[in-house]
Amino acid sequence: MKYVDEFRDGELARGLAVAIARDADHRERYRFMEFCGGHTHAISRYGLVDLLPGRIQMIHGPGCPVCVLPIGRIDQAIRLAREHRVILATYADTMRVPASDRLTLLRAKALGADVRMIYSTEDALAIARANPRREVVFLAIGFETTTPPTAVAVLRAAEASLGNFSILCNHVLTPAAMHAILDAPQGVAIDGFVGPAHVSTVIGSAPYEPFALDYGKPVVIAGFEPLDLLRAIHLLVRQVNEGRAAVENEFTRAVTREGNRRAQTLVDRVFERRAAFEWRGLGTIPASALQLRAEFASFDAERRFAVPYVPVPDNKACACGEILRGEKRPEECRIFGTACTPESPIGSCMVSSEGACAAHYTYGRFRGAAA
Amino acid sequence: MSAPHARPLDLKHGLVDLTHGSGGRAMAQLIRELFVRELANEYLAQGDDGARLDHAAGRLVVATDAHVVSPLFFPGGDIGCLSVHGTINDVAVMGARPLYLAASFVLEEGFPLAELARIVASMGRASREAGVPVVTGDTKVVERGKADGVFITTTGVGALRDGIDCSGANARPGDAVLLSGAIGEHGMAIMACREHLAFDAPIVSDTAALHGLIDALLHAAPGMHAMRDPTRGGVGATLNEIAQQSGVGIEIDEAAIPVRAPVEAACELLGLDPLYVANEGRLLAICPAADADAALRALRGHPLGAGAAVIGRVIEDPRRFVQMRTRLGGRRIVDWLHGDQLPRIC
Repeated sequence: MKYVDEFRDGELARGLAVAIARDADHRERYRFMEFCGGHTHAISRYGLVDLLPGRIQMIHGPGCPVCVLPIGRIDQAIRLAREHRVILATYADTMRVPASDRLTLLRAKALGADVRMIYSTEDALAIARANPRREVVFLAIGFETTTPPTAVAVLRAAEASLGNFSILCNHVLTPAAMHAILDAPQGVAIDGFVGPAHVSTVIGSAPYEPFALDYGKPVVIAGFEPLDLLRAIHLLVRQVNEGRAAVENEFTRAVTREGNRRAQTLVDRVFERRAAFEWRGLGTIPASALQLRAEFASFDAERRFAVPYVPVPDNKACACGEILRGEKRPEECRIFGTACTPESPIGSCMVSSEGACAAHYTYGRFRGAAA
Repeated sequence: MSAPHARPLDLKHGLVDLTHGSGGRAMAQLIRELFVRELANEYLAQGDDGARLDHAAGRLVVATDAHVVSPLFFPGGDIGCLSVHGTINDVAVMGARPLYLAASFVLEEGFPLAELARIVASMGRASREAGVPVVTGDTKVVERGKADGVFITTTGVGALRDGIDCSGANARPGDAVLLSGAIGEHGMAIMACREHLAFDAPIVSDTAALHGLIDALLHAAPGMHAMRDPTRGGVGATLNEIAQQSGVGIEIDEAAIPVRAPVEAACELLGLDPLYVANEGRLLAICPAADADAALRALRGHPLGAGAAVIGRVIEDPRRFVQMRTRLGGRRIVDWLHGDQLPRIC
């Protein structure tokens, strides 16, 4: 496959791995957080850990939209579908996230709620057009990558006066979460970040500059292919060795310093920052998520229906919080692989294929267990 | 059979209605003018509730399979031929020669008779080509909205070959794992249809009856331990089933697994792993390492096995993991499928 195979070349990968192993000798440990779930998934799927020297430890960050969604937000979606009888349109990832009362969207659907899996916001609009007598709510989730399509959907709905369409907005912001991780009172054991791929195509590389300047943490933005990741890790090792902290961009084929201005303008037109938003694992973070501007209030499901947000504590045994903050590894959670599996997840990190626990369970658990 | 009908079944504009399943004249006409005609054979012609079959000496194999694929027509096939191939394959991978099929139809009120006729004609063709007749059947009609066009359940009977002992429980450490051709074509043909993905070379379902290929394979390697057609859940799920049943581990090599470029591209686009995408005309075979060369030659010598390859081996592993050496040189688990399944592919 053109433009993909080049970035999965085994020989080049082994060459890079040798270079990384050669250079990673200035200290005992190099701890890098890949913020983004797409990277977590790629590391596991391609078995990259086997190519890295033991001194390099990859910490899986919270960049998985499903994983950071608190239970209360899924509860709202379920209540919209069950109590307000709306058609709830959602990306497939959210279907199995455990909510209150042993419910998931999948189970709610089985109990008669009208929950429909969609692939794009355009599908949600199509459902609204086809069902003019029904209320259609799109469960909007994701970081900066999925926000522009939601903005476009809202603008289209506004232009077409599509009165039966609204969104339950859960769009969150990457830099805010990185700040929260670095500001943790207990401190963090992270020597640098692999910066997100797709998110950075939208926001550009500039928003990461404070992490290098103010916190002294190197950031290297990387594409999602295995060679991208290896190259980024090599660049991080070099920065650490040289005592530098800068934002470097490995993913120059798609990411600029400014990012996608057009997408940013669309998002700005439709959304504004929420005062605060609760993240699973990271707690309530000020100005870390988006809501619709007053002008678009009629498309805001939270204003349209009586579904107030009710915070729900996570299952006590679940270590998703510590895992999302990089304090624990999935296999260190005591219910990992026993009570909590991808078939019956307790924590959200076990749900999405981008979640740290699901990726480790699905691809890497042979490493932990004795043969 | 019932009396002749004044007007023939309107196979151009007619629709299935509730009378086609009510046991009356309309049902008899549908059976006679469509099913019996297209699936013609001596057993069906008897017109009884069941079929009297010649008794095969030795042990029999029975398999049954319900087909609910959406869309009903897809590049490379339709629900009709799929329902014949699928059940023949389930019987054949047990090491049996498929002999007879039974078919039952659940039809949705309002379904165009023209489409039903195409489907039944396709079944007839597939069954004649395979040499396995549909000897008995049943038709039910449900109200509109209670089904999706047509569901077909087929049951197959086959005669087990003497001396063959194929089971998912028979894989042993050291065995070779063979695959008969490129993976993911059926599942991605369906997905490409549903998602309106257009490719320069369209992806065509691999749906096919495998008993001829299996015949050649067992002739060359009669000591075969296990065979399975990797349908729903793909090669990934099937290898896990075998590892579980046999209490072994399996190690495969990513670089050895054939995947054609359009399938790889479509999977990439939709975020799917071809290892978990359904096949309807591929065979996974596990045999002693000493037989692997002969088995591979036999597969490659058959038109349905031209792209065959040895993709891995069975190892000792009490945890029963399926592991893969990636192209990058890393290792990972190929786990049971969870989550991102594609609904209604067969």
